[in-house]
Amino acid sequence: MLTRLANPTRFLRLADRLLPWLGAATVLAFIAGLVWGLGFAPADYQQGDTVRIMFVHVPAAWLAMFGYSFMAVASFVGLVWKHPLADVAAKAAAPLGAGFCLVALVTGSLWGQPMWGTWWVWDARLTSMLVLFFLYVGYIALWSAIDEPERASKAAAILALVGAVNVPIVKFSVDWWSTLHQPSSVMRLDGPTIDPSILWPLLVNAIAFQLYFVTVLLWRMKAELIGRRVRALTLGLAAREA
Amino acid sequence: MSAFLALLRRDLRLAFAQGGSVGLVIGFFVIAATLFPLASGPERAELARVAPAVIWIGALLATLLSLDRLFQADLEDGGLDLLLLGGAPASVVVLAKCLAHWLSTGLPLVLVSPLLGLLLGLEPVGILMLVKTLLLGTPTLSLIGAVGAGLTVGVRRAGILIAVLILPLYVPVLIFGAGAVDLATLGLDTGPSLALLGAVLLVSLPVGTLGAAAALRLAVL
Repeated sequence: MLTRLANPTRFLRLADRLLPWLGAATVLAFIAGLVWGLGFAPADYQQGDTVRIMFVHVPAAWLAMFGYSFMAVASFVGLVWKHPLADVAAKAAAPLGAGFCLVALVTGSLWGQPMWGTWWVWDARLTSMLVLFFLYVGYIALWSAIDEPERASKAAAILALVGAVNVPIVKFSVDWWSTLHQPSSVMRLDGPTIDPSILWPLLVNAIAFQLYFVTVLLWRMKAELIGRRVRALTLGLAAREA
Repeated sequence: MSAFLALLRRDLRLAFAQGGSVGLVIGFFVIAATLFPLASGPERAELARVAPAVIWIGALLATLLSLDRLFQADLEDGGLDLLLLGGAPASVVVLAKCLAHWLSTGLPLVLVSPLLGLLLGLEPVGILMLVKTLLLGTPTLSLIGAVGAGLTVGVRRAGILIAVLILPLYVPVLIFGAGAVDLATLGLDTGPSLALLGAVLLVSLPVGTLGAAAALRLAVL
């Protein structure tokens, strides 16, 4: 399957066939999830309606972490098996993951203001999400700093893998740090277990976010492949004229 | 082994020779730490509280400043190609260069740090712990930094790019390093922090050398 897709033309054809369906599914899932979550799910007895931020915040945070894992796996596949689409996939996933990271941070901040009375708390989860965002930024910066796609893809893959080794260490150290300095005012979801009336719309939203990720990923991969083809053609044209 | 020692000796001689960067890095470290009281006010209790953070961040930035020359000079004069074409594996080359980098930036920073601790009003226990944590932590900074230096070698504006790539990865070292000094001044147990600093060093040893070696092969070949 993966080897068959190594042919960009075949991949583009498949992507063209899949994209309309995925796009439609994404829109439907978003409508279902957001209407259910924002309109019909019960408000929290303590937090009131602000708890609805969760339906955007939590899936975004999940996808931000999923995006980095996806990038690391794609980088590994690209480095080891030299799969021609792997680095395209990793590159396409980076801005998406960074975007989800930002959404999670901003919605978290908006949620924190009424709940904790402040826009930002140096809590372990918030801080590790912020560091993850910085890792995404570094990855994207490295891609844009190197001109040749060949070298850029491998350099970015090395960075993604080194980052992936470090992510658990960073996460653990931030947890340790926060328990040292900040014993109070920590948000916990595991206190009261989530009620099914909230859990189901949350899961539907998570599926919607995941579908969005896959759809836009395919879209961006398509654009990247076409862009590379244009680049190759332009270079060939320039070489013939010279 | 002989290639390792020869490269180490060469790099150290270059670093400590006239025009080397050792003095500059120490100068930056001291000046950066001196600027801090000027900005925050000279109250001793306040300064002593933030001293571990100031000194650790100063050491981090000083290391960062010296990193963009780690492989760049060798790339410019063609030495890097020869080093990688020579018999020694690329990871050994990286290890020798990292060791030389640490001996010429990390170790001087460690040696100057007690003075800065004194200036910022850190207690003797804190100063001792500061030296210990820097001794354990600065090699990690060199090793992880080598990956960034290798990935950006030959790239425009490499210095600022290294900072963006590497600083997030320095988070654990900073937390455990500065945290241990805090704990020591409060009279608490610092054993776990030191053990974790050592663990981070051990992890970054293979990750740093192999990662930087892969990056260098990419840049040259």
